[in-house]
Amino acid sequence: MSQDSRLNTKRLPLKTEEMVLNMGPQHPSTHGVLRLELALEGEIVTNVIPHIGYLHRCFEKHCEAMTYPQIVPYTDRMDYLAPMGNEFGYAITMEKLLGIELPERVEYIRVIMAELQRISSHLVALGTYGADIGAFTPFLYCFRDREKILSLFEMTCGARLLYNYIWIGGVSHDLHPDFVRKTREFIKEFRPNLKEVNELLSYNRIFIDRTANVGILPIDTAINYGVSGPNLRGSGFKWDIRREDPYSIYHKFNYDIPVGEGTYGTVGDSWDRYFVRVLEMEESCKIIEQALDQLPEGDVQSAIPKRVKPPVGQVYARVENPRGELGYFIISDGSTTPYRVKVRAPSFVSMQVLNDLCKGYMVADVVTILGSIDIVLGEIDR
Amino acid sequence: MIYDFLVNLFGNSAVADIIAGIIQSLLPLFVFILPFALFAVYLERKVSAHMQDRLGPMRTGWHGWKQTIADILKLLQKEDIVARDNDKMLFNLAPIIVFSGSYAAFAAIPFTSIFIGTEMDLGIFYIVAVSGIVVAGILMAGWASNNKYSLLGSMRSVAQIVSYEIPTMLVVLSLIMISGSMSLHTLSEQQTGYAWNWYIFGGPGSHLSKFLLIPFMFVGFLIIYISTLAEVNRTPFDIPEAESELVSGYHTEYSGMKFAMFFLAEYANMFAVSAIVVALFLGGYQSPIGYLGNLIGAKWMIPIEQFSWFTIKGIFFVFVQMWLRWTLPRLRVDQLMAVCWKYLIPIAFVNLIIIGLITLL
Repeated sequence: MSQDSRLNTKRLPLKTEEMVLNMGPQHPSTHGVLRLELALEGEIVTNVIPHIGYLHRCFEKHCEAMTYPQIVPYTDRMDYLAPMGNEFGYAITMEKLLGIELPERVEYIRVIMAELQRISSHLVALGTYGADIGAFTPFLYCFRDREKILSLFEMTCGARLLYNYIWIGGVSHDLHPDFVRKTREFIKEFRPNLKEVNELLSYNRIFIDRTANVGILPIDTAINYGVSGPNLRGSGFKWDIRREDPYSIYHKFNYDIPVGEGTYGTVGDSWDRYFVRVLEMEESCKIIEQALDQLPEGDVQSAIPKRVKPPVGQVYARVENPRGELGYFIISDGSTTPYRVKVRAPSFVSMQVLNDLCKGYMVADVVTILGSIDIVLGEIDR
Repeated sequence: MIYDFLVNLFGNSAVADIIAGIIQSLLPLFVFILPFALFAVYLERKVSAHMQDRLGPMRTGWHGWKQTIADILKLLQKEDIVARDNDKMLFNLAPIIVFSGSYAAFAAIPFTSIFIGTEMDLGIFYIVAVSGIVVAGILMAGWASNNKYSLLGSMRSVAQIVSYEIPTMLVVLSLIMISGSMSLHTLSEQQTGYAWNWYIFGGPGSHLSKFLLIPFMFVGFLIIYISTLAEVNRTPFDIPEAESELVSGYHTEYSGMKFAMFFLAEYANMFAVSAIVVALFLGGYQSPIGYLGNLIGAKWMIPIEQFSWFTIKGIFFVFVQMWLRWTLPRLRVDQLMAVCWKYLIPIAFVNLIIIGLITLL
């Protein structure tokens, strides 16, 4: 170093440096093993780079070595908070490929399960979001209610987290004789509980201050990125696969599609995304009640094929999972194993907007925004 | 008075003075702070559990009462980890400074009319000043940990504590104007009699200014309670330890007994600030309904009653702190500063001026 350069540094004003903060993969609020590389200017975030892959289990490659029915339990492990929805999507895709007609009862059972799963998944989203903001009590209230749903699932198929329940062409078990009564009881108990959580969290002034006007996602950005589900609806766009591209028997039920209205801030802020989920739980309750009323009798396993050997071809089908549009693309080469399975995971797509949303906010807001997008790492990494 | 008793006990010499001084200064630690911290941790777990539809610790002893003792034993046995790149001296010194800062505050807190660590005229001033040492300890911990989360946490903590000392001081100042004393012992003695004589109800006496003061004293009480919440880093101001953002803030890197020191300091602090609020506004150790000892003519009972009243009032406010913690979400760091600089300080200033005018009446 020459003497000149030393003189130069003396004349420079106070030098500030950009700090790189590594958030995760072992961080309490990255919702799993996500690693975020935050570039900070003081406490202001200038750039967010998500690093994924810590939970990669080669789902898609695995599928190529398994027969079609064997894939079902593996789909459970993608979005582990909504396995019923994953199975539902896979079953629908395969039935489209095989051209199976389902008994009425199976359709109803699947819809009930998927909607119960939606409630349980949204409860986790709500609870963990509260915990992210610092309110720990609603978290346990939500888990208390989720526990009841898990008990309903356990009653039906014996498992509490990964069900292997919805099979190609049917379901693994018929409903328990008590199921209908207990589900009605649950919904009756659940509505006041939801109200309680709302009073404790959703309308809390501090919570609103923390979430309203934070992480605003405009409709056009959301569509450009391919964001779907509650995140897209939170931006004020009425898009729900159950309504837009009806599958199963969703056309038979009456329900609303809640969208973000910018009640406390701008349309598409974190509070809107959060509150869409709260409202959706009520809609799911409505669907379950109607389905329970109309539930027909019948055999649930009559349409299950003995041997799944689809014709050569390819198929894409999608369902509205709690986190958005879950799509399966399957290429069949005419054998008993698929040639290729590709999954369009909603969390994976939603996470892409993170950098856009977080720029210019503080570190605390990154947590808020990440929580409002509600990602599941099992689904992102597959 | 306990000091005089001890000096007499040891034979009234220079050595007796020193022994009595040491015993007196350690008394609050072993008689009060340590048992209180154990109890408060247990209380916190039980309060949070019952608020959340849980039972909390149930396995160790009746309703899990031995849980915190077991926890302390566990912490004592844990490996004391010092990472390679830590600044070792600061790292080891920080918990001691933080703890001594909060422990020193107990010196000027009057537990009863006959026991106060040191009877100094600048009591409240001393407490505010000595709690400032905690800030240095926290900053040392954050810096020495060589961890970005710790550093962010400690910087936030320092900014927060320093900011919130201003409204606290302004309210304390207004009280000093009314009472004419900075000694917590004198302040408590002034509020003798019944609850009506407490400073939150305008203080002793029954002249016009007392009634004019009542609304402003309530405002002052709220301000000081909110600021003390922030000073001990409790929700909704627990930003330095914001688990969801900063893991554990400045004590992320600490383990074993050093972590326990921070923990102990936190709970000791919770009681200390509650005690200050109680001594300033709620009569200190004075009973709101008169003393049983006076009624039946047993004077020796009065200090015991006073101690119980003081503890009950203090623990009630500690309970309120816990209640808030398990109910409210957390503010963001800029919102926290906005609460202090945009609302609390101006209100406290106006409050101070009005109280000053009223006392001139």
